[in-house]
Amino acid sequence: MEFVRNHILTITLFTPLAGAVVVMLLNKERIDAIRWVANIFAFAGFLVSLPLVFWFQSAQPGFQFTEEAMWIPSIGARYSLGIDGISLLLVMLTTVLGSISILSSWTAIQDRVKEYYVFFLVLQTGMLGVFMSLDFFLFYVFWEVMLVPMYFLIGIWVGPNKLYAAIKFFLFTLFGSVLMLLGILVLYFSYHTQFGAYTFDIRQLISLNLPLNTQIWVFLAFFVGFAIKVPMFPFHTWLPDAHVEAPTAGSVILAGVLLKMGTYGFVRFSLPLLPGASADSRIVKFMVALSLIAIIYGALVSLMQKDWKKLVAYSSVSHLGFCTLGLFALTPNGIAGSVIQQINHGISTGALFLIVGIVYERRHTREISEYGGLSNVMPVFATIFMIITMSSIGVPALNGFIGEFTILQGTFEVNKVWAGLATIGIVLGAAYMLWLYQRTMFGPITNPKNEKLADLNWRELATLVPLVIWAFWIGLYPKPYFRVLEQPVAQIVQRVRPGYYAKRAVPVPAQPVVVPAQAQVTTEK
Amino acid sequence: MDFLEYSWLIPLFPLLGTVLMLFFGRALERAHGRGLISVLCPGLVGVSFVFSLGAALQLAQQPARLFEKTVFTWVPGLPFHLANGQLARFEAAWGILVDPLSAVMILVVSFVGFLIHVYSVGYMAHEGGYYRYFGYLNLFMFNMLTLVLANNYLLMFVGWEGVGLCSYLLIGFWFQRKSASDAGKKAFVVNRVGDAGFLLGILLTFATFGTVAFTRVNEAARSGLFHSGDAALTAITLLFFIGATGKSAQIPLYVWLPDAMEGPTPVSALIHAATMVTAGVYMVARSNVLFSMAPASMKVVAIIGALTAIFAASIGLVHNDIKRVLAYSTVSQLGYMFLACGVGAFGAGIFHLSTHAYFKALLFLGAGSVIHALGGEQDLRKMGALRHKIPWTYRFFLIAALAIIGAPPLAGFFSKDEILWQAWSNPEHGWWLLWLVAFLTAGMTAFYMWRLVFLTFFGKSRVDHEVEHHIHESPKVMLVPLGVLAALSVVGGWLGWPKSLGGSNRFEQWLAPVFDGHPHAVQAAAVEPHFEAAEYTLMVLAIALAAAGVYLAYHLYVRRPEKSDQLQAQLQPVHTLLLNKYYVDELYSAVFVEGPVMGKQLGSALSQFDARIVDGGVNGAGWLTRMTSRLSIFWDTWAVDGAVRLLGFTTKVASFPVRMIQTGFVQSYALLIVLGVLSFLGYYLFR
Repeated sequence: MEFVRNHILTITLFTPLAGAVVVMLLNKERIDAIRWVANIFAFAGFLVSLPLVFWFQSAQPGFQFTEEAMWIPSIGARYSLGIDGISLLLVMLTTVLGSISILSSWTAIQDRVKEYYVFFLVLQTGMLGVFMSLDFFLFYVFWEVMLVPMYFLIGIWVGPNKLYAAIKFFLFTLFGSVLMLLGILVLYFSYHTQFGAYTFDIRQLISLNLPLNTQIWVFLAFFVGFAIKVPMFPFHTWLPDAHVEAPTAGSVILAGVLLKMGTYGFVRFSLPLLPGASADSRIVKFMVALSLIAIIYGALVSLMQKDWKKLVAYSSVSHLGFCTLGLFALTPNGIAGSVIQQINHGISTGALFLIVGIVYERRHTREISEYGGLSNVMPVFATIFMIITMSSIGVPALNGFIGEFTILQGTFEVNKVWAGLATIGIVLGAAYMLWLYQRTMFGPITNPKNEKLADLNWRELATLVPLVIWAFWIGLYPKPYFRVLEQPVAQIVQRVRPGYYAKRAVPVPAQPVVVPAQAQVTTEK
Repeated sequence: MDFLEYSWLIPLFPLLGTVLMLFFGRALERAHGRGLISVLCPGLVGVSFVFSLGAALQLAQQPARLFEKTVFTWVPGLPFHLANGQLARFEAAWGILVDPLSAVMILVVSFVGFLIHVYSVGYMAHEGGYYRYFGYLNLFMFNMLTLVLANNYLLMFVGWEGVGLCSYLLIGFWFQRKSASDAGKKAFVVNRVGDAGFLLGILLTFATFGTVAFTRVNEAARSGLFHSGDAALTAITLLFFIGATGKSAQIPLYVWLPDAMEGPTPVSALIHAATMVTAGVYMVARSNVLFSMAPASMKVVAIIGALTAIFAASIGLVHNDIKRVLAYSTVSQLGYMFLACGVGAFGAGIFHLSTHAYFKALLFLGAGSVIHALGGEQDLRKMGALRHKIPWTYRFFLIAALAIIGAPPLAGFFSKDEILWQAWSNPEHGWWLLWLVAFLTAGMTAFYMWRLVFLTFFGKSRVDHEVEHHIHESPKVMLVPLGVLAALSVVGGWLGWPKSLGGSNRFEQWLAPVFDGHPHAVQAAAVEPHFEAAEYTLMVLAIALAAAGVYLAYHLYVRRPEKSDQLQAQLQPVHTLLLNKYYVDELYSAVFVEGPVMGKQLGSALSQFDARIVDGGVNGAGWLTRMTSRLSIFWDTWAVDGAVRLLGFTTKVASFPVRMIQTGFVQSYALLIVLGVLSFLGYYLFR
């Protein structure tokens, strides 16, 4: 038990990879065996990650479950893993969505089954590694490793234009990561100049003292890498193409987890390592402007999509605009709301892609106009789709509201106009999602091909119901989420806004405040 | 039993119904028929009413008349800075507040809700999706009760959005009809515009007071740190009011309500007349402390209320769809309520809210009974002379029509009269112009309401022949709720019997603790003697005008029906304008839906932009890369490699003569050697 506890991250990280190895050893003709093994390993990946939730100490600052080993001594690269509240949530999102999306591909994938599951499981390990690495070099390796299976997942299975989409995805991301690597190297060598040692460890790099100018250049290099991944306007055009061409499960993972790597990059690296640049008013205005454009623009473009999957893809641009807006409000609620909204987006958009996938598998088209009146034949499907729609447009008592409102609160604190503009996105969000729902689900069945559609089967229900439950959980009782986020967020805010938590002697008309203990201690470190 | 302690359960009973219906409804209906559902769903709302009654009675025993309870901490957010730099925590509880105001609301909501559930059992008996209908209706009750019981703005917003969602689902209940699902979507999106305002108001409340709990906000507002007319207070209240204009269908966001009549009639009665649409009035009354510290906002509320009242009433004058006339009437009556709040008479506003809930629900249910009898016909031009065919519906409808025009001593008389009097006389916010608008509206109300009565129940029958034979009175399960509402429409106003007429206005006394910070509302009941003459005059004037309106309707639609057509012909342009609802829908549609400002045109322009410019840029970069790579290939092939090959070629060309002799044959070389040797020899020999 002690061993498991000490190596829980490594176990979680490599369970999917072990699955990939086992699948690889199987004969590719034994399709059912491959499916079973892949599903078992994916689910096992979720199960082994569960203890993290119970063992995690939310009051404890810093990283937990850390593991250290020398990896490439000559350059100072280490195998160091660890998670805080932010990465805990993202790791759990990854393991849950990973097992759900592998389950969802049972019948959807009929050829090259073996390769599919191998790529998927490798991808899973890559993503987990990104969220667990405390070593920048290790992070970069996982970041790049994950590109390869995703490239094949987009490029092999579905869609007429898949090669174009896959190459676009690959080149876009690669372009970003090369710049990011440059940024990493600047930090790496500056650390050597200042402290006489070579390290990629972000816990050490945080003590770097860089001039603002350098910080801004490094920030911009990181920005390109992360912004492409998010994707922020105007780097978003790879996303709709990739989604349209990817298989359902690929889209779920792409939207649910991969995009979060961009926002995670900002919150884990850009903000704490480059506090000066992150809080620089030019940078903040730039980031906020791009976020607001993404929110409104993404929503308006969604409104006019004729392709169901593309609509959901563009809605992601809008939702992630909220996430980046919250981050660069640089307030506790902005950042915490942003992380919660990242989880929410994983849940609701993941479920929306599953929903498209379910009808796509039956009809093999994504044209919205091909559907209509599906409520008549698929009542259970219609109910779940309605709940997820409500979650996506932020109806209270569901998860989306908690995220959006917390972000708006964090933003409002800094600038009222920004928050006001962001609410336009909320109105438009209702418009495009309800219109989609109306066009696909309501009315009489106009297309005879839809008359015989079967409602959800048990496997499909099993993929959607956990997400619905999760959506209600965050909507009704988000306390655990805020609790795990409080410490890491306080540390980040302390970096970018020193003295934020300082008490001020002003008359008190409202309730008293409990400041997190850690925040006061780390003020000047 | 301590009902107050358990009052948090009140919304949960109907929620249980929802869960049962949505998960097991179909199975229940198959196994036990509709009987079980018909008992279960109304029954659960009945339980909520019993609990509400118990809570209200126990509240009356309490000296403080306030009960607050946090069920659990719902949003335990992180610290943030207030506008004044102080650190506060972004927090909201799932908590309830029972005070006189919310007690009135839960009683009205759960009782009218219960009656309408019972009525629905009869009305929906032959419709498909029975369990789905009751599931949604119960979900609505949950959200509405949460809205009025919440102890803070954020939880109120949960109910606020929740009722909007149920309204969307129920308007679009017959989702096979495009007009129905269109109307549902319109209602939701228009409401969202208002909600965005409400949301920003909540954010500003957080930023100003550091809390959103009603009692704490009021405490902070009265703490002396804030003053009447502060910009923050004005901004908060105006943003709240934007929210209210959405939910309570006021100018400029009223457009969704008439279309909402696409839903089943009991839904129109419950959601779009008696309860949900009054949520905005409730919210303004709930924020009375803030509003009364923001005189500018009060003026806006009063003016928008008065304008909406007369505007909607004027549209109601000419419409021919029985439900739409009632819908415009609702918009108009809601205007009255806001007018009351705007002149500081929050008590009168809530009073009218409750009496309106009775008689307007009765009007809608009565209309539903008429529609039911006529097999779905809603056009007034195809009705007439129904009073003998459906006598009970006729009688109840008559009572409601008398109540709404303010015939004494029915419910509407007291509440409407109170509002008119306050608009005239309130020392702080009263304004004769507001009174005049409200007064004229009262006349219009009398006319359109009785036009509707006469066209439906009097005159000659214009009913289609096939329909004529099937006309039948509604079943008891529908008539009994009508009877109860009729009784309430008569006596429901007596609690507010004004002092000037020898009463004691118990209603406003009951509410006084809530509107305490606002002395005029309380003192309004205690009318000073020298005002009495004016009050009686206004009262008589209002009654006379209502009577005139009724007489005009009688004259035009019963005695001389041809006159109404003449009048219509003479006033053609006005009539067309009113019939087309002042073309506001067209304007909104042109500007916001189809138009270039926000709607589809902008959307498609941006998608073009996205595909052509943004993605075009990416593809362009790709193209550029490919082009440069082609160029490089070209350069490589022709210039770099060309140079190499040119060199080779030149060498080749230059070597051509040499190659001529380099044949590789030894014999030739031998011959050449021989020839060479001979040449040398020849040269030296013959020199």
